[in-house]
Amino acid sequence: MTLRLSGVTYRYAGARRNALDGVDLELAPGSVIGVVGPNEAGKSTLCLVASGLAPVVVAGSLGGSVTIDGRETVTMRPHELAQRCGILLQRPEAQLSGTAATVFEELAFGPRNLGLPLLSVVERVEASLATLDIAALADRDPTRLSGGQAQLVALAAILALRPAYLILDEPTSQLDPQGTRLVGDALRRLAAENRSAILVVEHKTALLDRLADRVVLIDEGRIVRGGPTVEVLDDPALAGHGVEPPPRVRVQAALAAAGLDDIGVTDQLLAELAS
Amino acid sequence: MPPDDPSGSSIADPGSTAARVAVNAVARLPAYVLRVPSGPYRSLNPLTRFVIAIASAAVAFGVRGWTGPLAVLVLTAALALYAGVARSLRRFVLATIPIVVSILLVNSFLYPGATDVVLRVGPLAATGTGVTVALQATLRVVAFALSVALFSLTTATDDFLADLERRGAGRRLTFIIGSAIGTIPAMASRVTEIVEAQRARGLDTEGSVRRRIRGIVPLAGPMVFGVLSEVEERTVALEARAFSAPARRTVMRVLPDDGVQRALRWLVGLGSLILVAASIAGRFPLP
Repeated sequence: MTLRLSGVTYRYAGARRNALDGVDLELAPGSVIGVVGPNEAGKSTLCLVASGLAPVVVAGSLGGSVTIDGRETVTMRPHELAQRCGILLQRPEAQLSGTAATVFEELAFGPRNLGLPLLSVVERVEASLATLDIAALADRDPTRLSGGQAQLVALAAILALRPAYLILDEPTSQLDPQGTRLVGDALRRLAAENRSAILVVEHKTALLDRLADRVVLIDEGRIVRGGPTVEVLDDPALAGHGVEPPPRVRVQAALAAAGLDDIGVTDQLLAELAS
Repeated sequence: MPPDDPSGSSIADPGSTAARVAVNAVARLPAYVLRVPSGPYRSLNPLTRFVIAIASAAVAFGVRGWTGPLAVLVLTAALALYAGVARSLRRFVLATIPIVVSILLVNSFLYPGATDVVLRVGPLAATGTGVTVALQATLRVVAFALSVALFSLTTATDDFLADLERRGAGRRLTFIIGSAIGTIPAMASRVTEIVEAQRARGLDTEGSVRRRIRGIVPLAGPMVFGVLSEVEERTVALEARAFSAPARRTVMRVLPDDGVQRALRWLVGLGSLILVAASIAGRFPLP
């Protein structure tokens, strides 16, 4: 049971070059993979391809193989993909249906599309609201939310479909530190308790530092570095790819630069900085 | 009468497990989702109100003479008072002013073939025939606007869509209607954003008419391209939420309906159709 990309190349219809080039990736249940990289590196394309929406919905040519639980995504219909692999897009406001009068109904949109019994729909909505601690937003008009609130609602709407795999494209880009921490905690719980497999694109490396099991660095459509989170995020080469290292790494680097790397900064303090 | 199954099918046995589960599920829905309508007119099924609006509009435009539009005006005003939205109708009446003014001017002064001059303004002459036609046309437009306004003031879009869905209308149809209605305020706010962004970069969008017209060009480009780029994004977003799943969509809200309302819809719909047909055929002359 994995989401696997093998030698994947992807080129958007009408584009001259590949947006992804020879990408290999494996996402197993209960694991969290962080994706970092500069702008235009191919991170969002990776999300679309991994979720199967490209090329099934987004026109383009796919090379290599993308499988979800052993099935090629190109052979699956969009609603089948949606139940297995949820994707959160970069702009949450574009992800909302635009037809729901309340956040509660917005979250019910996906489960209702599946034709689930009403009781299941209600239970899923309530569970999603609770997971992200946004029950207070349930009666609000989804079109009148702040950016951060819309981001949480869009994520909750995906969770309501209960996919085994979650592909999140900058899920905290509009959130304040508290909201970011909340999302981080929720994702960690989903991975640990529900065995959800999560691929998360993030510029906030501090979040990945405490959330991801592994991190991949992507640049110009290729995975240029991948491995356990600490190894990748500690790599000084990260900054050369336009990725800011997490605070823990920057503090260590600053101490080292000042010749103070032997003052005994404890792991606990660094962990505090990371969180 | 068996309880409605929220999934859309009827439940044969009210005491069955399925019926109990359905009732329990509806009971779990919060009040802000159920949105129980208040007042007798608003409690009518949305489709009944829609049929009344369409029938009124048809009679206002289709029945010759004064009787049709006047009857619709009186009926709509009475229903608006009954529904408690009479005050809100004012702004819809005001919205018709530009078209009413143009109807009055064009028909009064330029009605072809009319010679019964009642007023001269410079080289232009208003005719009695033209004024009569203009007033009738004005009545029709106002009656039409008010019947549509009454429907929109008393019916929430999602109520109407929920009811259409329960009746088996496809999810694509209801989504298109819902998003088209929702697009209007979204477009308005996008225009505001673009105007503010352009102003921040020094574009002059106020002042003379010429300046305002020149301001439309840099507004239209981002507007059109923005909408086009959103189409694909929205398609992806909808597919990511299983929009194309083949199952019948779960109905969340069941709005009141009964045999009396069904009979009323047929009566009003067929009655207005016959009235319009008879009037057009000249078989039912009215003043």
